[in-house]
Formats: sequence, structure tokens, C-alpha cells
Amino acid sequence: MKDKILYGYAALFDSPDDIINATEKTVEAGYKKYDVHSPYPIDGMPEAMKLPPSRLGYVALVVGLSGALTALLLMYWISAVDYPIVIGGKPLFSFPAYVPVIFEVTVLSASIATVLAMLFIFFKLPNNAHPLHGTDYMKQVASDKYGLFIHAEDEKFNEQEVRRFLESLHEKEIIPVYYDENEIAFKPRLLEPKFVMYLLAVAVITSGATYFTLNKLLYMVPFNWMMEQEKLTPQSTSAIFADGFGMRPPVEGTVARGEAFYPYKNMPEEAGNYLINPLPMSKKALMLGEKKYDIYCSPCHGYHGEGDSRLRGQFPNPPSLHSEKVRNWSDGRIFHVITEGQNAMPSYSTQLNEEERWAVINYIRALQRALNAREADLN
Amino acid sequence: MDLAYQKKYLPTKITVAGYILLVSGFLLSVVGYFTNLERSAFNNIILLTFIISVGMGALFFIGTEYLSGTVWSVPFRRVVEFVAASILLVPFIALPILANMGYLFHWMHPEVVEMDELLKSKAPYLNAKFFIIRVTVFIAIWWLIYFLFTRNSLKQDETKDQKLTKTNTRLSAVFMPFFAITITFTAIDWLMSLEPHWFSTIFGVYYFSGSVLAGLATSTIAIIFLSEKGYLVKGISQDNYYSLGALLFAFTNFWAYIAFSQYLLIWYANLPEETFWFLERWEGSWMYVSIGLIFIRFVIPYFGLLSQPSKKDPKRLVVMSFIVLFAHYYDLYWMVMPTYAKDGFVFGWIEIGFIILAAGLLISVFSYIANKYNMVAIGDPKLKRGIDFKL
Repeated sequence: MKDKILYGYAALFDSPDDIINATEKTVEAGYKKYDVHSPYPIDGMPEAMKLPPSRLGYVALVVGLSGALTALLLMYWISAVDYPIVIGGKPLFSFPAYVPVIFEVTVLSASIATVLAMLFIFFKLPNNAHPLHGTDYMKQVASDKYGLFIHAEDEKFNEQEVRRFLESLHEKEIIPVYYDENEIAFKPRLLEPKFVMYLLAVAVITSGATYFTLNKLLYMVPFNWMMEQEKLTPQSTSAIFADGFGMRPPVEGTVARGEAFYPYKNMPEEAGNYLINPLPMSKKALMLGEKKYDIYCSPCHGYHGEGDSRLRGQFPNPPSLHSEKVRNWSDGRIFHVITEGQNAMPSYSTQLNEEERWAVINYIRALQRALNAREADLN
Repeated sequence: MDLAYQKKYLPTKITVAGYILLVSGFLLSVVGYFTNLERSAFNNIILLTFIISVGMGALFFIGTEYLSGTVWSVPFRRVVEFVAASILLVPFIALPILANMGYLFHWMHPEVVEMDELLKSKAPYLNAKFFIIRVTVFIAIWWLIYFLFTRNSLKQDETKDQKLTKTNTRLSAVFMPFFAITITFTAIDWLMSLEPHWFSTIFGVYYFSGSVLAGLATSTIAIIFLSEKGYLVKGISQDNYYSLGALLFAFTNFWAYIAFSQYLLIWYANLPEETFWFLERWEGSWMYVSIGLIFIRFVIPYFGLLSQPSKKDPKRLVVMSFIVLFAHYYDLYWMVMPTYAKDGFVFGWIEIGFIILAAGLLISVFSYIANKYNMVAIGDPKLKRGIDFKL
């Protein structure tokens, strides 16, 4: 109690008109470091305090607009660039669908930024202690009184004079506010047992509640009602069909979109003679071929087509793709093998569409050329 | 209570201007009916729904004032009551439409309904008899509410009886559900049934948001004109105007929210029975009208009313109110006319005639009623607080 320092003088008023009047007098008297506290914003106070128009609105404007732009770019990038999926037949860049997101992000970022700016600029946030905290004065202006506070650091501050000035405003309730050095110098200690215990309790409760909600609560009545649907899920059985399968094969003779009917079933020689590779030896085709070859062919045939399987004998190793036989095969003949399969190799027609099969063939040709280069290639 | 209110009469200029507009608009629309009946009937629907909007918007404003115990609007509530008087015009505007319903609503023709599965199932609701019953009942409800509101309010001028405020508050509580139902079905009957295959569940709210704006904008124009020229009591300040501006701003945003919600859902679901309504409004030159609607109805009023000074300055507020009022007429035109002109928008002397008629009707009814009664509710117990109102 020994090092009490005077922080300033406060006076309490009963009505908003009184406080506006008192504020105007304070400005007239030339005090600079003073503040007004009230339970709610009083219209006309900025004018009485002769404050410049608040610039907080610009924070909202700038952050709100950047929020809008960020949301727009994010939505654009997600749905049109990084993971383009056609949804409901809409164009990849469908502005109307983005509007709700843009709107929400704008409002959210603007309001959060405004509150944070206010906390940081006006209340100097990392500092959470203030000499007025916890005083009777603060308690009263937070309920039904209007307070005027003159700071001791003001150039014109003089204890007697300020007291006389506040009395001249017909105010009887004049409160000096003191603070002690410890209050300002106080440093929070993170490893205090009480604080750590609280932190631990909050962590346990939060994670427990989250676990319960996501793993138990959502599977209880009534939250599980949406899961109980009158429909067949993949791989489930069905009493409707004679064979008991829920999943139905396509109707006999169905041809997938973009794919022609394959006329050379069980006719490898004809396929070799009549099928013609429609793809040029372009970089695009080779890139596609490499990608598909590495995914579907390389596990058995090896990355370079030498038959060096990565499957360590779990599956018989295929012969090399660099053999005289395969090199002299036409593209159509290889296409037939990929489409129909051969010996232990199954058909890859479901994994690779026609274009991809031809691209893989182009890539195989490039691999073969790499091991059996012609003299002309040296130039 | 010492209120320096003295009854002043509106300048004859305004009354005369009102009658000139009324007569010329009336003549133009009559000639329109003789030259192009169908087109005039469609314009008549725009006029009707516009007048209903202004009247119902004003009644809604009065009801909200009583229910919420608002004080800032009390000094000019009587002006809003005058604006609400336009609800009295509704049956006279509706008559020419009721006589020509066959040209407007194709659910009117039994041979069309017979061929159309959808219309057949809607027939219990969409038939001429029930339509006319609904319209009559709604108008009766509106007239009743209007007469009760104004009778109590005017009686209070003489008796200063505070109980009348309580009576009107109770009346407002009764009125609100009726307001919600009648305005929804008005929108469905007059506007949505022009395309009887189309449906939008938010349509009633859409019309409601525009109606409140129309009522507010008309009231704001009248209030600021009367108050600045000294026809009302002294002491109506920027703070009162600010509140009017804030309501205009809020409902402008509300309209945009509702309009976008309607569009987004229909666009997303992409069902042919819903999307055709918007596709029609994107056909040919209608596209420009649709784009214009976004600007006139939302973008311009939004930025025009955004800042605090623009809501406090009477001149700017009046300009914005005129834009909002015009935007409502524009919106109704956008909702109604594509059914008549499928290929592109039409705008000629018939449309201008009906706009002149709308202005004439509003001004002459207002000036007639305003000259008859006190322009300030001098008996209202909240009047003093309303004049002293500070934000």
C-alpha cells in the first residue's frame, strides 16, 4: 500500500445530457488527457469531445474487401483450377454459388478485424491490465452512471485545480483513482499450478466433448435418422432380384460413352491388321502414356518394359516388351492385348479408355526405341 | 403539452399538379385500353400491385410502430397514415383487371386447364370464383384495418385518450398475421399466377420486401417535404431522418438477400419447371432490364444510403427515396411484363401513361386526405418523446 500513485480524478454523472455538458466544459478548460465512460454509446459524444471521425470503419472496409477477394479467389482456385469437377452441369467458375461464401467471409473477416483493431489500438491488447479495472468507478459506469475521468498525466493536471473544476460541474461524487506499481509491473506466470490445472481441465473437457459428439452422439437417435434410408448401398444384398445382388451389371451389349464397340473380340490377327493408332507421337500423348503406363503396366512389366516385376514373384513375370516379337507387332496388335488380355494378363479395358490405351502404346514404342535405337537417332 | 402545431393547407400547386397527372394518366390508360387491351391490362397489374405495395408498406410501418413502441416515428405517423390511404384505391384499380382476366391468366380458360395436368391439379385454388373471393376478402380486411387505425388515431387528436394507443397496439398485433398472409397471397394471385406453372416459395417474402420499401420511400418523400416546408411540428431532426434512412437501407439489403436467395436456389436446383421464369427474363433485351434491376434496386440505393451523412441529409434521402420508389415500379415491371412480351422488353406511351396515373393517384389521394385532417398526431402520448428523440 505504500507505493500508491495517483492515476487521475473521476466524476460521476446521472444523465447523458449532464455528461455531454461536462465533456464540453472539459474540452473548453483545455484538458487533453481525459476520457468518458458510459454504459452504452452516447450519440453526440464524439462531437462534444471534438474527436475526429473514427477511422475504424476503414479497417472494416479494407479487411472486408480483402476477405471478399480472398473468398472469391479461393473458391475459384478450388473449383476451377486445383480440383475441377463439374457439379450439377454448372460451369467450373459458377459465380452465384460463390456469393454466399464471399458474403460470409466478408462479414466474418470485417467484424473480427474491427474488434481486433479496436482491442490492439485502443486497449493496447497484449496489456490486459488497466488501473481503472476493478475500481468502484468502473463498476458504476458499467451499470447506470456516466463517468468523466481526467488523467494525472495531463499537462494541465493539478490536484486542487482538477478537484475544483469537477466541483464546478456541480458534481459531488469525485473519486481519486490510485494504482500501485505492482499492478502495472505484474507479469503472468505460465507455469503456475493453478493455471496449468485449468488448462488441463479445459483440454480434457473439450476433447472429451468433441470425441463424444463426433463418435457417439451423431449415431444416436435422432441424429442417425438421416442415415436410415430406403435405398441399396454398394455391395449390399437385395431381395428384389433373383440373384440377390444389390448392384446390377449394365444391360447386355452396353457400350460406354465415348467408346466404340470392339469388333475384334478373339481376333488378334485382324486387330493387328486393321486397327490404326489415331494418336500422333506428340508430347501430350507420351505424357499421358507415361502416366498410365507407370500406374497400370509398370508393376509387372517394370518401369522400362523389361519384365522386371516389382511384385517379387507373387505373380509370374511377363516377358520383356523389347523382344523382337513385340517390336514387330503393329500398334493394333498391342491394343488387342491390352483390351482383351493375354495369358496371365487380364483385360485393362475398364482401367484404360481407348485414348489412354493408344497413349500407352505410344509410350511403349518410345521405350523400345530407347533400347534399340537406330543409327539415325545418334545425329 | 405545449406543441406549436398549426394546421396548414398544402399549396394548391400540389393538388392541381396531382389532379393534372391523375386526369392525363387516366385518359392515357383509357386510350391504351382501347388500342391495346392486353398490354394495358398487364400494365394495370403493375399499377395495382404498386399501389397495394405503397398502401400495405405504410400500414406495416404504422403497425410496427405501435407494436415496438417506437417513438421516433410518432411526429410523422399521421403522414404515413395519409400514404396508407392509397389502399382505398385498390378496388377501383382492380376492376378493369377483373373484367379482362381472360387476357392475363391462362388458367382462366377451362379448355386450357383441361389439357394441362398441372393446371388441373391447381384448379381448386386457381379458379375465377375463388380468385375474386380472395381479392374481395383481402381488400375488406385492408380497408377495415385502415379505417380502425386512422379512426382511433384521429379520435386521439380530440380526446387525448391514452387508451387509444393501447387499442391500436392490440389492433396491430391482430393485423400482423393478416398482413403476412394477405400480402403473400396477393403476390401469388396477381404476380405468380401470371405464369401458373411456375412456383417459388419465397415469392411472397420477395413482394413483401419490395412493398415495405415502397411504403417507406413514399412516406419518406412526403415526410421530408412536409417537415422541411414547416407543415409538421418543429423539432423533427436529423436523428428522425436517420432512422428512416436506416430502415430504407436495411430493407434494401433485405430485398437483395431475398432476391438472391430466390435466384440461387432456382439456379442451383436447375429444374426446368422453375428456371424458365428466369430464362424468360434473360431473353433478348430483357437481359438488360434484369441487369439494370440489380443496380437500380440494390447497388445504387446501397451505396447511396451506406454512409451516415447520407441518411441525415434530407435532400440526399429524398433522392434515394425516389430511386427506391422507382425501383419498386421497375421491379414489378420486370416481374409482370415478360409474360406479355416474350422476345424483349416493350416500353411505350401506354407504360408511361400508367406511370403518370400511379403518380397522379398517389399525389391526389395524399393531398385530399392531408388537407382534411391534422398532419401531426397531436394527441399521441409519445409525441413529445418523438420530437425530443436522440439517437
